[in-house]
Amino acid sequence: MQNIIKKCNHAANRIRLDIIEMTYSTGSTGAHAGGSLSMAEIMSVLYCAVMKFDEKNPCKENRDRLILSKGHGVMAQYAALKHIGVLTKDDLKTFKKNGSFLYAHPSINPSIGIEFSSGSLGQGLSLGVGTALGLKIKKNFSSKVYVVLGDGECNEGQIWEAAMSASHFKLDNLVVVIDKNRLQYDGETDTILDLEPFEKKWESFGFKTLSVNGHNTQALFDAFNTDHNKQPMCIIAETIKGKGVSFMENQTKWHNCALSKEQYELAIQEIGGAL
Amino acid sequence: MIEYTPQNIRMWSLLGSCGAFGTAASALPEIDKNILILTADLCYYSGLTRFKETYPDKLINVGIAEQNLIGVAAGLAKEGFNPFVTTYASFASLRCADQVKVNMGYMKLPVKLIGLTSGLSVGILGPTHMCTEDIAVMRSIPNITILSPADCTETVKCVLEAAKINSPVYIRLTGSFNNPAVYKKDYDFHLYSADTIKNGDDITIIATGSMVFNSIKAAQILEKRGLNSTVINMHTLKPLDIEIIKKSCKTKLIVTVEEHSIYGGLGAAVSETLGAINRKPKHLIIGISDEYKHAGEYKYLLEQYGLSPEQIAEKIEKSYKET
Repeated sequence: MQNIIKKCNHAANRIRLDIIEMTYSTGSTGAHAGGSLSMAEIMSVLYCAVMKFDEKNPCKENRDRLILSKGHGVMAQYAALKHIGVLTKDDLKTFKKNGSFLYAHPSINPSIGIEFSSGSLGQGLSLGVGTALGLKIKKNFSSKVYVVLGDGECNEGQIWEAAMSASHFKLDNLVVVIDKNRLQYDGETDTILDLEPFEKKWESFGFKTLSVNGHNTQALFDAFNTDHNKQPMCIIAETIKGKGVSFMENQTKWHNCALSKEQYELAIQEIGGAL
Repeated sequence: MIEYTPQNIRMWSLLGSCGAFGTAASALPEIDKNILILTADLCYYSGLTRFKETYPDKLINVGIAEQNLIGVAAGLAKEGFNPFVTTYASFASLRCADQVKVNMGYMKLPVKLIGLTSGLSVGILGPTHMCTEDIAVMRSIPNITILSPADCTETVKCVLEAAKINSPVYIRLTGSFNNPAVYKKDYDFHLYSADTIKNGDDITIIATGSMVFNSIKAAQILEKRGLNSTVINMHTLKPLDIEIIKKSCKTKLIVTVEEHSIYGGLGAAVSETLGAINRKPKHLIIGISDEYKHAGEYKYLLEQYGLSPEQIAEKIEKSYKET
């Protein structure tokens, strides 16, 4: 067990390094570093310890499905896919470049494990409900569906339409993970549109709901392994936007940002030091 | 098994477009075992009561949540199902425009979206339930085939054909109960190829949906006044049958008639095609003027917007004389 957790922690740091590399490679355009960095442990635990996913055959029918509804955090997913060997270092170098298949928001590409396109917030949970329903109708009872949402994204009404339907259809093969980094584009979530009481909301919508430290891989791992018989599960992962880079942490301005050479070097040094 | 007997055709006409859809729906699982039908609290309204009784496991009602409806259908399509989705045309095209764009247009997930009671047929409920904008919205989103059947028989044929297409489709249902029949017996329906219903040398009337019947009637009125019209049923709005439009340039006047806004619909589509042709006739666009009128019954509203056969004939005659 300790080995798995060690592996996840290591993977999270590798993911962070690649997020910084990708962000720096976009030059003055910048990229969504803050909300990608906050997801590093969520991605590492899902890909390295939780999900059934064959990196040599990402379309395998009995795979678990990961839907990144907060599409702007996709650097964390690309980096995780590189870490497990689906994408290469050269692939990541094309991120956000003209003609690249690695868009700033994920573009449907099942052959590399990108189940759906996203970017227009609020739509991924509906896709997750459809996918989970489809698996049940097909009698595929071994695969699970993981949908990663942002907390700001939960401003969208469609999320709550989908949440109602997930519990109505008793989708116990569906797990929602919320990257609750408490910041959205214009500021703190509680000043823009207060989500609290967030945990109670998800509970009242029929989800087995847990709140965990989203940077504690052991806590995440335990949460994913919690029994949620006959109901969907929601894991609220309390995270820090920009986690791992001191000058980015909890700073709204690093939602979408460009890195100077000095900032890039400092970020690499800080994350590298944690390796 | 669908049988195109005169009795069935009469019955479908009585039921109207929603009932005709429901009839066709019941035959869909025979075509494809992966058929599912999703609706947003409009099971009965969509004529799906029998389908629900026969195939309870194939009917998914997501409640009054149209945005979720499209996403759930898209998820099911990705898992290999062939989902048909029903809601009012106005909600399908406008409330869910972004969901349609992302799931059906961008991702090309083969959802078959049925826009119920498009046009003015439920105009008594007011402009919230009328839909005069859906062709414009859907036509601007790539990768979606748009079908607009002329009557209930063609509705059945369009639904059965859509089930065989592995790409997104929008079917626009117009007309009301007791929908007049353009096709009184079985006929060959060719997806993507417009159907020439009658030939005439002076004028070409290209119509879609409910306006095909009114255009045929208008052509009969014009004939009594010495003007002969070709009448074309443009049941597939995208991709458009370009060749038939080119051929129509032989007549002195081309008229498009639709129960849709004069902006962005059939008239616009034909006009876009004509724009690239050097020698072309005048084009008269007949449709819904750029305004929301007071709520009213279907026939009343058609007259308010000038879409009765007599009004169509008058507009065409005036335009023809001015050419």
